[in-house]
Amino acid sequence: MKLLSRCSAFFVGDAQADRVVPPTGFTANLTIFSAAAMGFLAVFALALSLAAGRLADRWSNELARSSTLRISAPADQMDAQIAAALRVLETTPGVATAHALNDDEQRTLLEPFFGPDLPLDTLPIPQLIAINESVQGYDATGLRLRLAAEVPGAVLDDHTRWRKPLVRAASRLRLLGWTAFLLIGGAMAAMITLAAQSALAANTQVISVLRLVGAQDSYIAGAFVRRFTLRGFSGAAIGMVAGVVAIALLPAAQDEGGFLTGLGFHGAHWLWPLLIPMVGGIVAFAATRAAARRKLKELP
Amino acid sequence: MIELENVAYSYGGGELLSEISVKLAPGSFHFLTGPSGAGKTTFMKLCYGALLPTAGHVRLFNHDVRLMDRDDIALNRRRIGVVHQDCQFLDHLPVHENIALPLSVSGRDSLDELANLKELVSWVGLKSRAEALPPELSGGERQRAALARAVIMSPDVVLADEPTGNVDWEMSQRLLQLLIELNRMGKTILIATHDLNLIRAAKSQVQARVLRIANRRVQLAGADL
Repeated sequence: MKLLSRCSAFFVGDAQADRVVPPTGFTANLTIFSAAAMGFLAVFALALSLAAGRLADRWSNELARSSTLRISAPADQMDAQIAAALRVLETTPGVATAHALNDDEQRTLLEPFFGPDLPLDTLPIPQLIAINESVQGYDATGLRLRLAAEVPGAVLDDHTRWRKPLVRAASRLRLLGWTAFLLIGGAMAAMITLAAQSALAANTQVISVLRLVGAQDSYIAGAFVRRFTLRGFSGAAIGMVAGVVAIALLPAAQDEGGFLTGLGFHGAHWLWPLLIPMVGGIVAFAATRAAARRKLKELP
Repeated sequence: MIELENVAYSYGGGELLSEISVKLAPGSFHFLTGPSGAGKTTFMKLCYGALLPTAGHVRLFNHDVRLMDRDDIALNRRRIGVVHQDCQFLDHLPVHENIALPLSVSGRDSLDELANLKELVSWVGLKSRAEALPPELSGGERQRAALARAVIMSPDVVLADEPTGNVDWEMSQRLLQLLIELNRMGKTILIATHDLNLIRAAKSQVQARVLRIANRRVQLAGADL
């Protein structure tokens, strides 16, 4: 409650305290523009992080629960091997369902590589069995040993081999997004610090007059801090709105589009960009406060 | 009130002031005189904590300035009205806001205080110039505005550094009358000036001590003034 009233007092401000520092139209516009640019980029960094997070979760969950059994056997033994494999799978704890792909399913699977109307009968293509795991999962090593004994031509692929690098890549991408977000925050802090330092340096006469009449450092710093915090906040808000509009105008997510078309926000994730102006304001507040304290300490 | 005890001040390797012991008692009226460059402004700055002594002690209202942080000095400065040599205003604010500045920084800008402001602006004869910006004022008007700002908080001490430096004799007399009036209200006054005629004019109306800075030291001036 106390914090809330302090925040509202900060935003409402002290009209007289605001007026003691002369207005600087051009510098103010530059600061707001830079904060807006940072806010805009921050929306994309956020979208990248969240999309990468979703991707990592999807790959991790979907691929972790499915696996494939490949059976390579002479044509006259194929049916017997499929039946034996299905029997083994039915009795394996942790396997929810298992079914042998029919010709149409196999053709659909291979269509992206060989095109439509693939003559499966004439090609020595192994038979695939799709396995769906139950929540507790199965013991892959045990299943492999059983299959080796009962279905010699069967090879179990639990997707671990390529699931891990994909999930790792998606996690790295998420990390990259957050790193970009932090760098944008750092760049904004640096930019606001430079602007605040230059404003303080340009107003040493004002500071000297304020000190002459008994102003404490908190009063002098406050006049600059409030101004730059509002600039950082409003600039980041403008950039955030522009970024959200740009994200909303991106093509809708489609399976064919893969990752790039899924860059937008989903559901409650649309609320995340609302944090950007607040982060902008906090960064501007901290940067200006530090710059003001440093400068006031330097001045006699 | 303000006490300097064996104070020295050095800058850039050279000693500007040395072995200075002065006490400004409550309600006293002092002049500080000496040639240009003698250190009058430095002395004044030591008196309101804008400079810290390199040796000795400066006490503002019984508190050693060396033991105060910047905020403490600022709080003590609210009890000292300063009329700076070059006045020092915020040029983008009108005169009445400049005069009210000490009230704003101390959070005392209530309606009652602002009513006093109007009275004060009239007292220094700037009623018609209250909305003007400081660069639009003449030298005398600036000095009067600076004096009004110095006294708006009803300080215990008024320090005026060359308050009549840029004004004609008539205006300097008017400013002097304002300062004498403040002294009669019980304020402690210290005026730094090299204008001996001003000092003579004051001595005929008020009991004033004259301090002279010579050879880095402050001495009590003799009857020649």
